[in-house]
Amino acid sequence: MKLQEYMGKELLRAVGVPVPPGGVATTPEEAAEIARTLGSVAVKAQVLVGGRGKAGGIKLANSPEEAEVAARQILGMDLKGLTVEKVLVEQQVSIAQEYYAGITLDRANHSYILMLSSMGGIDIEDVAASNPDAIIRTWIDPAYGLLPFQIRDAMFAAGFERSAFKDLQNIIAGLYQVLVEEDGFLVEVNPLAVTTDGRAIAADAKVDLDDSALFRHPELAALQSETIGDPLEQIASEKGFAYVRLGGDVGIIGNGAGLVMMTLDVVKQVGGNPANFLDIGGGARAEVVRNAIDVLLQDENVKGIVINIFGGITRGDEVAKGLLQVASERDIPVPIAIRLAGTREAEALELLEGSSFIPAADLVTATRSVLEQMQERSTAGVGGQR
Amino acid sequence: MAILVDEDTRLLVQGITGREGSFHTAQMRAYGTNVVAGVTPCKGGTDVDGVPVFDTVAEAVAQTNANATVIFVPGSFGADPIMNAADAGLPLIVSITEHIPVQDEVKVYRFVEDRGSRLIGPNCPGLVSSGRCKVGIMPNQLFLEGHVGVVSRSGTLTYEMVNELTRRGIGQSTTVGIGGDPVIGTSFTDILRLFDDDDDTQAVVLIGEIGGTDEEEAAEYIGSRIGKPVVAFISGRTAPPGKRMGHAGAIITGGVGGPQHKVDAFTAVGVPVADSIADIAERIEVLLGAVPTR
Repeated sequence: MKLQEYMGKELLRAVGVPVPPGGVATTPEEAAEIARTLGSVAVKAQVLVGGRGKAGGIKLANSPEEAEVAARQILGMDLKGLTVEKVLVEQQVSIAQEYYAGITLDRANHSYILMLSSMGGIDIEDVAASNPDAIIRTWIDPAYGLLPFQIRDAMFAAGFERSAFKDLQNIIAGLYQVLVEEDGFLVEVNPLAVTTDGRAIAADAKVDLDDSALFRHPELAALQSETIGDPLEQIASEKGFAYVRLGGDVGIIGNGAGLVMMTLDVVKQVGGNPANFLDIGGGARAEVVRNAIDVLLQDENVKGIVINIFGGITRGDEVAKGLLQVASERDIPVPIAIRLAGTREAEALELLEGSSFIPAADLVTATRSVLEQMQERSTAGVGGQR
Repeated sequence: MAILVDEDTRLLVQGITGREGSFHTAQMRAYGTNVVAGVTPCKGGTDVDGVPVFDTVAEAVAQTNANATVIFVPGSFGADPIMNAADAGLPLIVSITEHIPVQDEVKVYRFVEDRGSRLIGPNCPGLVSSGRCKVGIMPNQLFLEGHVGVVSRSGTLTYEMVNELTRRGIGQSTTVGIGGDPVIGTSFTDILRLFDDDDDTQAVVLIGEIGGTDEEEAAEYIGSRIGKPVVAFISGRTAPPGKRMGHAGAIITGGVGGPQHKVDAFTAVGVPVADSIADIAERIEVLLGAVPTR
């Protein structure tokens, strides 16, 4: 669960990491009110997309009136498909020095890793590509945590200024505290800034939390809907599906993450454009299959659906019953092909006989028949107006 | 031979009295697995279809000489039983549990490593030595005895693979699902080493996916040794970066974990990367040549 900047900064502030003073506004008037006590401010769109500044989502303002104007421009703005509903209004920081500090999981070493660099303010991935030695890496033993000497050694190696040393060290310790206490996948500050008057401050915050640990953080779990920008991803997540929107027009349903990924690959190979990833999981019942179709039909881009089921624990006849249930409840405006193998395959195919669903012996055939029907319908003008 | 599990496996089931635990205990026994004990705290002294249940892992091991365990406990509580099993000295621990917090997995890895146990998973379907022993949740009917080792990060994709091999009369020595989480106990490389030492295995199918660098490490290992021929497959080749594709571990982040890098790594060491499940099976057929299945 990726947090918006203001949420990440709140978590940092709570453990004593200095962040620029500011507040969140949902109306231009609120933005002006917050700016009143802060002097010159930055008004920043709170959406989870990269490159907000370039897209016009960050504006500077030198008075409450200017802040109001800026907020009016940004609120409601469409940033890469997401509507801006909140802005962070915060005091401008006069930066003398920009560093990078981030802690994340290093999968290959089965541990967390601290990364520091004196090349802050630019994308760390660019630094990693162009100047890998500029990133100092320190592995953290989960039994003992990030030790003070490790932070100091890394700071010296990265070439951090001695002037604000202790404050910078405390901030880095604070990042690890947030990672541990809130179950972070990534806690990153870029830039980690030293101001012209010599203070260390977290000028930005990127926090990605572990979804599997949200049960330990009910207060953060409550924010989850706010962190999913896509309404359909929100609906799918409420239904308990692993769902990712991909933007194409062929809806995909399968059981098991690896199988669904492979299905996307095959559909693409055959010339289709997948609309989504949707995993109904193992042992799915008829009801679950019905819900999955429901979710896909809410995506207006979807003009056809390919279902790929391998029945291990999942029973083919249950999947078939779910399909027939949807067909009896609503009009299905798009062609649906199903490739089904494994447990109760024969029973399933028998159930589906005479229905509008297209059974196929393999995935390539299933995809081809859906693509053909999509083509026919679009030429005939049927189903194009959903 | 086969690897990790066989007729000598004496299995303990942690969480045996739960819905999943009791169902899969019956399935494993139907496959021929010797389930010697179960553990559910406060249910000690009872039994599940004749399998004695103990309150603690230590007691179960002392009483039954169990030498492997499979864990059916929900994610929120999933880390503790693994550490419990390692502490009791069980050499093989299989964790089916999905959604264990990563921070817990990091601690578990370190704990298990310190105690010298082998952990398969978490978030895995378990493993099967065809015709000999099943530990986990893979469907019983798929497997055929033979000489192909299968190792995979995915569950259903493994079933697809095994089903296709069996359909063509190609049997499997051992099939291992290593799990789809970002931190797992046993890597592709660990399993490849075991297959290399196994007389029963003549060729290996490796099913990887996007995310992490486990496939690249496996390729490096393959390039460094003279061992069994390997055919690889990578799922998620068309997945966009930054999106978690179902598995917690299946995500391309910061340029790491992309499919092309994995494909290139395998190709560079002479491992063919197949386009589909059928393509893998065909390549294996060719590799095995005229070697008949038993």
